[in-house]
Amino acid sequence: MPDDVRALSDELARDPASLGFVPLGEALRLRGQLDAAARVVLAGLEHHPNLADGHDLYARILADTGEVERAADEWSIALAVEPRHAGAHKGMGFVAYQQGDLDGALEHLELALAADPTDPSTVRAWKMVRQAVDQAASAPAGAPPRPAVFAGLEGADDGLLLVDPQGRVLAGGLRTGDRRDVAEEVAAYLAGVSQEAERTARLLDLGEWRWIMAEGEQGHLHISAPTAGSLLLMVRDRSVPSGRLAILAARVAEVARRWLESQVL
Amino acid sequence: MSDKLRSALDAMTRVRGVRGAMVVAREDGLVVAESLMEGIRGNAVAALAANLAQRFRRASETAACGLPQFIHLQASEGSLLAAPAPSGMLLVIVADADINVGLARLEMLKAAEVLA
Repeated sequence: MPDDVRALSDELARDPASLGFVPLGEALRLRGQLDAAARVVLAGLEHHPNLADGHDLYARILADTGEVERAADEWSIALAVEPRHAGAHKGMGFVAYQQGDLDGALEHLELALAADPTDPSTVRAWKMVRQAVDQAASAPAGAPPRPAVFAGLEGADDGLLLVDPQGRVLAGGLRTGDRRDVAEEVAAYLAGVSQEAERTARLLDLGEWRWIMAEGEQGHLHISAPTAGSLLLMVRDRSVPSGRLAILAARVAEVARRWLESQVL
Repeated sequence: MSDKLRSALDAMTRVRGVRGAMVVAREDGLVVAESLMEGIRGNAVAALAANLAQRFRRASETAACGLPQFIHLQASEGSLLAAPAPSGMLLVIVADADINVGLARLEMLKAAEVLA
C-alpha cells in the first residue's frame, strides 16, 4: 500500500467519522482502485450525508466506471447542498455534453468557472464547448430535402437511390428495416462498385456494363446506370424475385433518365 | 487439382454459353482452379471478380441486405457471375450475354455445396 494511502487509511481508522474519507477516496480513485474508493466514500457519506465534496467525489467515481446517469444524480445532490460547488457544476457540464446538450453544458461550465476560475481542466472544457456551440450556431440548416423523383413508385423514399459517379446522392432515399437512413453511406460504396464494374467489363471484353444484381441473405440489390453520369440503386426484400426486380429496375431507370435529362439547361 | 474442384468446374462449364469458370480465393483474388476458354486472362478475372464481390458486399451489408449470395454483372457482350462458396472461395463464371442465368446460378450454388 503506498505511503499516502496508508497514512490516510490510518487517519480514517482512528476517526471513522472524520472528513478523511474524501482525500482517501480521491487517492484510491486516482490509483484506479475504484471499488475501494467507492466503499470508502459511501461509508464516509453515511457520517456526512450533506457533504457536497463527498457526493462530488462519488459522482466522479461513478463517471469513471461509465455510470453517467448515477453520477449526474450525485452531482445534483451536491448542487442541492451547495449550489455553487465548482466540481459538481463541472460534472453536470460533462453530463450535459455527453447528452448532446451543448447549451446546458456551457451554462454549467460557466458556473463552475465562476466558482473556481483557476481550474485549468474546466477552462479547457469551457473552451471546447464554447467552440462547439459557436459552430452549431453557424452551421446551415439541415440538408435540403431530396427531389421527389420517384414519387408514387414503390420504395420511392426508402428503396430507390440515384447517385452520381462520385457517390453523392442525387435523389431518392434508402433506409434499413429499422428506418435508419443509409443513403449517403451506400451511395459512397456504389461509386466504387460502378468503377469496378466498368473496369471488369472492359478488361474481360464484355462490352459496356449494363447492370449488376446481387441476391443477399435478406434482400436484393440492383444497380444500373440510367445515364453516363448516374447510378440507380433499387433495393427490395427477398420476396421480390430477381427477374421481376430487373423489370422494375428498367422502368425506374427510365423515370430517372427523364428526370436527369430535364435537369439539363 | 482435387476431384471436388474438378467436379465443381465441370458442372459450371457444362452450361451453354459459359466461356470459363474459376474458383477464386475471396480475400486475395488469387486463382485456386480454373477452366477457361483460350484468350481469357484467368488472373485478371479472379482479381476483378473478387474485388467486385468485396465492394458489393459492403454496399449490401450497409443496405441491410446481408451477405451477397449471388452476383450477376450484365454487360452488352457478356456476363460475369459470382457466388461465394464456403471456406473463403468465390465461384466465378464468364459467359456470353445470352446465357441461361437461372441454370448457371443453380449449377454454381450446387458447386458451392460440393466445395463445402
